[in-house]
Amino acid sequence: MSDCAASCLILIIPITFIGAALICLLRLSDAGARRLALLTAATGLALGTIGTISYATSGGPAIQTLTDVPWIKSLGIHFLLAVDGISLTMVMLTGIAATTGVLFSWNVKTRVKEFFALYFALIGGVYGVFMSFDLFLLFVFYELAIIPKYFLIAIWGSGEKRYAAMKLALYSFVGSALVLIGMIGTYVVSGGETMNLIELSQFPFPESFQYWAFPMVFIGFAVLAGMWPFHTWAPTGHAAAPTAASMLLAGVVMKLGAYGALRVAVTLFPAGLAEWREVIGLLAVIGIIYGAGVALVQRDFKFVIGYSSVSHMGFVILGLVTLNEIGMSGAVLQMFSHGIIAGLLFGVVGRMVYDRAHTRQLTMLECMGLAKALPFAMVTFVIAGFASMGMPGFSGFVAEVQILIGAWHASPKFALFAGVGIVIGVAYTLRVMNQVFFGDAKPGRQLTVPPTKPITIPEIVGSVMLIGCTLTVGLYPRILLDLIVPSLHSPMFNALWKEAAL
Amino acid sequence: MSLLQLTHMAGPEVFLTIAAIAALFFDLYMMQGQSLQMRRVFAASIATLGCVAGFFFLLFVGGTGGDPAGMIVLDPTTKIAKLCVLSVAAFAMLLAADGDFTTHVGEYFALLLMSTVGMTLMVSSENLLMLFVALELASLSLYILVAFDKKSRQSAEAALKYFLFGGMSAAFMLFGLSLLYGLSGSLELHVVADKLAHRAMDPLTLVAMVMVLIGFGFKVAVAPFHLWAPDAYQGAPTASAAFVATGSKVAAFFLMAKVVMLAFSESHGSGDWRAFAAGWMPVVATLALFSMILGNLAALAQSSVKRLLAYSAIANAGYAMLGLLANNGQGMASILFFAVTYAAATLGAFGVVGAVERARGGDKLSDFAGLHRDSPWLSFFMLIFLLSLAGIPPLAGFFGKFYLFAAAVNAGGAEMGMLWLVIVAVAMSAVSLYYYLQPLKQIYVMDAPEDAGKLNVSLATWIGLIGLAVAVVVFGCAPDLLVESLVSAGSGHGH
Repeated sequence: MSDCAASCLILIIPITFIGAALICLLRLSDAGARRLALLTAATGLALGTIGTISYATSGGPAIQTLTDVPWIKSLGIHFLLAVDGISLTMVMLTGIAATTGVLFSWNVKTRVKEFFALYFALIGGVYGVFMSFDLFLLFVFYELAIIPKYFLIAIWGSGEKRYAAMKLALYSFVGSALVLIGMIGTYVVSGGETMNLIELSQFPFPESFQYWAFPMVFIGFAVLAGMWPFHTWAPTGHAAAPTAASMLLAGVVMKLGAYGALRVAVTLFPAGLAEWREVIGLLAVIGIIYGAGVALVQRDFKFVIGYSSVSHMGFVILGLVTLNEIGMSGAVLQMFSHGIIAGLLFGVVGRMVYDRAHTRQLTMLECMGLAKALPFAMVTFVIAGFASMGMPGFSGFVAEVQILIGAWHASPKFALFAGVGIVIGVAYTLRVMNQVFFGDAKPGRQLTVPPTKPITIPEIVGSVMLIGCTLTVGLYPRILLDLIVPSLHSPMFNALWKEAAL
Repeated sequence: MSLLQLTHMAGPEVFLTIAAIAALFFDLYMMQGQSLQMRRVFAASIATLGCVAGFFFLLFVGGTGGDPAGMIVLDPTTKIAKLCVLSVAAFAMLLAADGDFTTHVGEYFALLLMSTVGMTLMVSSENLLMLFVALELASLSLYILVAFDKKSRQSAEAALKYFLFGGMSAAFMLFGLSLLYGLSGSLELHVVADKLAHRAMDPLTLVAMVMVLIGFGFKVAVAPFHLWAPDAYQGAPTASAAFVATGSKVAAFFLMAKVVMLAFSESHGSGDWRAFAAGWMPVVATLALFSMILGNLAALAQSSVKRLLAYSAIANAGYAMLGLLANNGQGMASILFFAVTYAAATLGAFGVVGAVERARGGDKLSDFAGLHRDSPWLSFFMLIFLLSLAGIPPLAGFFGKFYLFAAAVNAGGAEMGMLWLVIVAVAMSAVSLYYYLQPLKQIYVMDAPEDAGKLNVSLATWIGLIGLAVAVVVFGCAPDLLVESLVSAGSGHGH
């Protein structure tokens, strides 16, 4: 990778934080704040794209260091930013989710500057996690993302927003407490010299240590990935959050958890993974079926999408513990795919429908004749729904098929039950689609045609971007798999493949 | 040691005393015609100047070494601890400039300075007699400071409670110290350590040790010796409470660590899980355990922010004990770092509470509602201080905790004997996020009442708050600024 591309990637983090500070401090009008927000998000996306293209075309080693500066010398902690294909996939996802999130929150009216400042504080932390290869640094960025989430939901949310915000903050913090204990243990057992993840992944941790450290760290991260039974923050959090925050929560924050589990727990403690994979796999499968089943009976439109996220993230967890290449690359692909599709779904539910219909109750929406009133929302939701169901041609299909194949190799019963989850997924998606958009309009309750607030340009642009992404990856998955698969064979994963071969 | 040498060694104390006298003198003879506000700002400036002068004297001029009896000792670690105490005191003086509860301005700042003298002497003495005198100088001044709001019954009640508990703890401590003297025949900590090292762990040694630990336990307010703290913090004038919660804590933690690690160096026993052995470690481990659990759980139920900060102080005292359990140079460094970051954040939080209290007449959680509208900066500073206490990176409190926990676990090597206590600490610090978020929820999420009083914050307080917030952020982002010097100081004389 060229130096120029490396500096582009490094710059993403400070630019995002500076954007947050400027939005807050400059004397901007609301419209100005919005434009600056879009500029910040788009700059992040552009820099990420440049970096990714340069990485993909240069053909260097799988892990490429961006910067490595000693940070806390006496503890051997470095400010180490690096990327491999997996982190770049996530960086791209964050850029897309951030940009479309700004587009979908174009109509935020109250405390606009604070909203975008917190929004970018969160995104800055997320970018940081995806590019940190020092465990301590990764943890710092990971925790940094907790507080903005709290305020985004508690201030701009709807419904039981304060409860949901506190629940999310505490779940995240408890999860990171588990990670912190595992991290201190890792540091001490490895000799207290380094936090470098690449070096730590080469260190042979004793099996007795891995036996308790793996579940600690894995579950600590997986709390944020919405793993059953630690998922309960997810539906309430998603439902209460403002649209952009739901998009970020489902789109990237849940991926933080899955990414952390992969980057730290799986690579550092492969023997622990081998020991616990049946248990984690079982929890993942329960999550898949349970999430889908609960989504089937929800009355609130946003809760349906919230529970569907739990179900889809179950696939990611399942993919991570398959211990084979196809399953794990499927898991990373599913992180990307779900980030895009969930963003799209929340965009439709939270922004296009809720902001106009002012209700999320399915029975109320049913009578409004939304297909006629909001044809664009209808088309977008149908496409997103198909993508979410795992129709061929969309990214979800490739990812879930890969995970199922991987799970079949690892343990056929998990693959079978996960397949049942997909079927229920079709059912609940078709159910809400039918009920919300194709219900019988009752006179008097209809949404006016054309609605008083027609679909705006930012919404259209955002939707088209997201649909474009899921179609591109669905039709030509190699665009991401060529990034992901070689990274799964970087030195970080040596110990893992050795364990898998046993 | 000649008088000149002594003045050289005790330079900061000399400056502080001069400033105390000057504050009294000017207030009495020159400022009587002025407004109270003027007098306060003037006296606060003198007091701050005294601390700053002491700070720079110590930094650039102050020598190292000590007198043979250990009355006053300046080694590199002590020097850093003293610098920390002086800077905390300087900020406390600045924040005290807004306290409108008294007309005895000169006396108030003179007493603040005298207690600071006590604290700096505490930090630098390695002699049983001297450390007791220093401790009492600091404590007696603090008792009066807590009682200083003569119009308020709570203030008097708080002071009485603080005084009675403090007097009791002094008795325990003195008893313990006299036993130590009887056992070793010396007042000097190094000699005490040598003598104790040659004794078996007999009941008398244990009693002496436990007595001293109880005495310190009262001073730093660890459970179960914490009962005075919530009442004292809530009833005291906010500026006094802030200083009790911060300056005296930094000094007392350091002194406790020094006594325990130095004088009891050979009788540590073990606090490892299922491997307990008699000595001071199991005692300290128990104190830490109680303190962390009780402090954090009790804080959940508080509606007064000052009381909430008191319980948070108890919880934080529990965390700091973990550094003691590491019982090595890294432990010492981590205690100091943690104490400084805790003090900066707590002092700042008390500063904001003081401003809100003056404008809205109370320190209830609901008094903070909608503060972000009235004063975005004050709110933002409160956000920084409370999140640092909660241990959210990149603020200093996060690294402070991490360093403590890592030191405690690291000391046991790959056995990780202290891991059980660190697990409790991490779990409890996850609990703490809930109560630290409560004031922030009021500030940012709730709407301000229509009739909210106007916030009136003086320049001195702004300087103090900005300085503290910057310190919290800078030490969080670049902990090496302090850690490096602590580590090199620690390796210099090898605890």
